[in-house]
Amino acid sequence: MEYILIIISAILVNNVVLAQFLGVCPFLGVSNKVSTSMGMAGAVTFVIVLATIVTYLLYQYILVPLNITYLQTISFILVIAALVQIVEIILKKISPSLYQALGIFLPLITTNCAVLGVAILVIQKDFNLLQGVVYGAAISVGFGLALVILAGIREHLDKLNVPKGMRGVPIALVVAGILALAFMGFTGIV
Amino acid sequence: MNQWKNFTKGFIKENPILVLILGTCPTLATTSSAINGIAMGLATTFVLVGSNVVISLIANMIPSKVRIPAYVVVIASFVTIIDLVMQAYVPAIYETLGLFIPLIVVNCIVLGRAEAFASKNTVTSSFFDGLGMGLGFAMALGILGAIREILGAGEIFGFKFMNQGALVFVLAPGAFIALGYLIALVNKLKK
Repeated sequence: MEYILIIISAILVNNVVLAQFLGVCPFLGVSNKVSTSMGMAGAVTFVIVLATIVTYLLYQYILVPLNITYLQTISFILVIAALVQIVEIILKKISPSLYQALGIFLPLITTNCAVLGVAILVIQKDFNLLQGVVYGAAISVGFGLALVILAGIREHLDKLNVPKGMRGVPIALVVAGILALAFMGFTGIV
Repeated sequence: MNQWKNFTKGFIKENPILVLILGTCPTLATTSSAINGIAMGLATTFVLVGSNVVISLIANMIPSKVRIPAYVVVIASFVTIIDLVMQAYVPAIYETLGLFIPLIVVNCIVLGRAEAFASKNTVTSSFFDGLGMGLGFAMALGILGAIREILGAGEIFGFKFMNQGALVFVLAPGAFIALGYLIALVNKLKK
């Protein structure tokens, strides 16, 4: 039950992009096409889950015993950057087709604040490892959901006559605002 | 004269938020009031200036293959400093900004300036570039925060002039919509 609550809350009620404002850059950057947005969502899920596990272990078994938790920010971002690199190298070797699909999105993920954000939130919320992983996975699903919906809408927007100054990012932001309004309807179900 | 240009370009011509559209996450998240936006902007300015200066000093010593991780370590150190300082001296603001202080590390503006400007320019130029970009960021955050506070709560800097506002502007959807129209306005004015 507790896990179901975490999942619903992370996907719908506190959607990572629309309610918590994490990962807005890729949300605006790769939401032009549905297919690329799905690739991004897949890559992000992969990295968030891995990063949550590694940073959790790093925090509990190295930073806490040595009493250097103030190094959290530095160590987490280094771990995430290294992790993204490793994932890239391994994928290239093991599954070239998946690498082709995710390829261009992987380096972008280091600067996706959702990854570092989730790693820090898991520590702040005092989750255990399993809860953290479930939370990370649910957050990524929420990210993917918002991304794919926005991409679907933007594909249609291309065919419309949007006022010149509003084209591109501004109209995407306004659409995202309306989406956020819709997601606010989920408030209170958990 | 040249330094003056480095300093002022961040305000309008290359404003990080309104023109370059970088760093949207903290922009949307911390502008529920003008004062929060400005506080976030100043914290980012500190990190920008510090990292720009240090990176322009050490850029020649870093092999180009490992420069990004090296820059990230420098940036993360300054973020840790501001994180601890704010926690100690302005705990109330630190509470509201919360997660977004450590997340300055992944703010594209900071790494972007390090890579695009500080690594190729002198210390003084980098200092003014960081200061201008940071204050331009803070200014945009302050404006957006003020718009949302006025429309959403009917007050500005705690001074109340309306009994009630449209609450939605203080909440998440208002952030997206207000920023969207602000960027559209800048686009229009640029033409």
